[in-house]
Amino acid sequence: MRFSMNPEMATQEVQPSETLSNLKAESDSLKTKLEDERAKLHDVELHQVAEKVDGLGQFIMKTRRTLKGHGNKVLCMDWCKDKRRIVSSSQDGKVIVWDAFTTNKEHAVTMPCTWVMACAYAPSGCAVACGGLDNKCSVYPLSLDKNENLAAKKKSVAMHTNYLSACSFTNSDMQILTSSGDGTCALWDVESGQLLQSFHGHAADVLCLDLAPSETGNTFVSGGCDKKANVWDMRSGQCIQSFETHESDINSVRYYPSGDAFASGSDDATCRLYDLRADREVAIYSKESIIFGASSVDFSLSGRLLFGGYNDYTINVWDVLKGTRVSILFGHENRVSTLRVSPDGTAFCSGSWDHTLRIWA
Amino acid sequence: MQEPKSGVKGADQKLNITTIPHIITGQDILAWIVTKMKVSTEEAQAFGTMLVAFGYIYPLQNHKKLVLVPDSTQYRFQTPYFWPAQKWPAEDTDYAIYLAKRNIRKKGMLEPYEQQHYNNFHKWMNYKWDFIVMQATEQYKASKERKKPDRVVLDCQERAYWIVQRPPRRTHSAMDTGLDRLIDPNAEEILTFDVVRRTNIFLTQALMRSAVKSSVSLTAFVKYVTTHHVHDPFLTSPVPSNPWITDSDDFWQLNSRNVEIPTKLSVDRWALSFWELISDPRGRADFKLFLKKEHSGENMAFYEAAEEMRWGAATAIPEKSQFIFNTFLKPGAPRWINIDGRTMGLTVKGLDCPHRYVLDAAQTHIFLLMKKDTFYRYLKSPVYKDMQKRALVPAPHNFTDVQLEANAKNRNPGVSPIIQWQQQETEKAAAAAAARPIDVKAMLATNKLDRK
Repeated sequence: MRFSMNPEMATQEVQPSETLSNLKAESDSLKTKLEDERAKLHDVELHQVAEKVDGLGQFIMKTRRTLKGHGNKVLCMDWCKDKRRIVSSSQDGKVIVWDAFTTNKEHAVTMPCTWVMACAYAPSGCAVACGGLDNKCSVYPLSLDKNENLAAKKKSVAMHTNYLSACSFTNSDMQILTSSGDGTCALWDVESGQLLQSFHGHAADVLCLDLAPSETGNTFVSGGCDKKANVWDMRSGQCIQSFETHESDINSVRYYPSGDAFASGSDDATCRLYDLRADREVAIYSKESIIFGASSVDFSLSGRLLFGGYNDYTINVWDVLKGTRVSILFGHENRVSTLRVSPDGTAFCSGSWDHTLRIWA
Repeated sequence: MQEPKSGVKGADQKLNITTIPHIITGQDILAWIVTKMKVSTEEAQAFGTMLVAFGYIYPLQNHKKLVLVPDSTQYRFQTPYFWPAQKWPAEDTDYAIYLAKRNIRKKGMLEPYEQQHYNNFHKWMNYKWDFIVMQATEQYKASKERKKPDRVVLDCQERAYWIVQRPPRRTHSAMDTGLDRLIDPNAEEILTFDVVRRTNIFLTQALMRSAVKSSVSLTAFVKYVTTHHVHDPFLTSPVPSNPWITDSDDFWQLNSRNVEIPTKLSVDRWALSFWELISDPRGRADFKLFLKKEHSGENMAFYEAAEEMRWGAATAIPEKSQFIFNTFLKPGAPRWINIDGRTMGLTVKGLDCPHRYVLDAAQTHIFLLMKKDTFYRYLKSPVYKDMQKRALVPAPHNFTDVQLEANAKNRNPGVSPIIQWQQQETEKAAAAAAARPIDVKAMLATNKLDRK
């Protein structure tokens, strides 16, 4: 939304300077009207509905595996659909594919740039995508031959004008969705490197994105430094919903398993739940004792638990329905930068600036 | 926290010969945080470590290890001058002056990493080295004027400050914030005419879209959580056991896509919704079996072909659309799908200039058909009911400690996803070949048909 004003182009009827203030007034009145309309439908709070639900017992979650091998801060990780392999990327440019169950390293790639902030595993399990300060997203096909140099078959797919903050394959190996520090998200065709659709609307760096798990599979949500979380239609490129209730950068967004809601983690030390059908924020997960930002969030399989990795080296586990904190996990020696639940929900993996990844179950 | 009455209990402590005032022990700090903030001990420990890591409290003896140790380890409060919240940028010049001062006081006192920094500075800041040495000497002389206890305290404070700002090799610094944002989010957004106009269009569209009542959507969340409660490994222990906990991958083997008899939990999950059924590869296979019996396999085949086109490579679209037209949509096609005339007309027309979303209307129609009709017939069918009867309920594992240790040593490496993918592709190709209509003439030509 950053177009410079061209007087000839902008004016259709009247002088631009006159109508700008009118438009702003109209904007404010529309906003108030929308808030009123939404407020009329808000007849109950989440924790009230959750009163009938049983409370959760004590949880014993421990580190089951510690993956050591990165020489620098771990920035991002993703699970393979086989539920046991993961790919992780770090500040020194290394991208490693692990079999987390046996803790063996299976593949390693050295990127030509540092700060590889985004990595993703392809749905087929045959490739990984990664990118960062090189402003690109590259796809590396994996090979069964351990001695093969994976960098030889690298394919450059996405090209942004600034750092790549997040990437994700869609339902196949052939398309990638990326978000960048230049404020845009984009959908790319892997084979040709063609830009299929671009998404403009954030006013600052976009830090995270997540694809909707629903049967229609046509939308995704992105969160940015402008404190907004936007829901986009992949087909048309339009922003269909927008939420601006956080007080600082949104570091992570993740869809609720049913696809009707999403959670976000932010530097304002809160995680929030947004209901897409009611078009509003429905829960805030925060505590006075938590003053550090949440860098990464993910749901458990049923959506009852929300795991949040924070910058104070801890992981907080929230009861999504009741809004209370169920557990706090210690172990990392530096901030937790990334957190994902495994595809079958049996464990979750956290990556940290202390160079390690931990699997918790 | 520093309040003499309500703060952490402090005392004087002898260190070497001089007495250092206001020493606090780790356990006292911890106890105070627990009481004041009403948190658990572990949380207080984490919070305390944060305070130490950021330099608000510093340890006296092991000054390089910035954690809160909850015993009699001694700490002191850092003077507000050195708080990170003051936001003085810790300039290299200041650090150079500090190191030079320490060098003047006693040669050879610098640690190896500090020595390295010092040498670097000497090289790169050579042009202002005189200034640095002069400042260092001045500060050194000034400190000599002070009383010994004050001097010791000040030295400790300054040293603690620089440990935080310039962490030693192989330690983490809490001051590290990673990369900076590109666009300053705090800068006022320039609201141009265009930006506001677009916002208004967005808001008008939002107003036109209907939203659902909170009671309806929130109840839906509760319902989802409740129905999936038994399927969530964090809430209900998976049977036979969670592979990450017992190191036995039986759970994954019993739920793999090729398994002969699925588990009861999987089979129950298929009944939750059509989407759950086809998201599970084993479930989808079972559903296809049912469709084969009903001779309506073309719907699922069309759905899968349309998905492939939607998510596939751009270059493959013309070829795929041609194949789909010939197989499913053309009048008299071998696997003709039964959709209403209007949708068929639109789709066929769209196939003149195929794009990846050209089959959306037809695909949605077929999907809804399967979801609202075929799915429920499947649930009542003998295929599904039989599967429910045969489904396994694995007994939970009860490993002894010895067995667990053995498991940990013999973790199954499993099959590489690349090999699994190749297998799947061969299976798909075989199935596609089998589904192709039999060319009678070709068979005659190869004399396969015995007319006698």
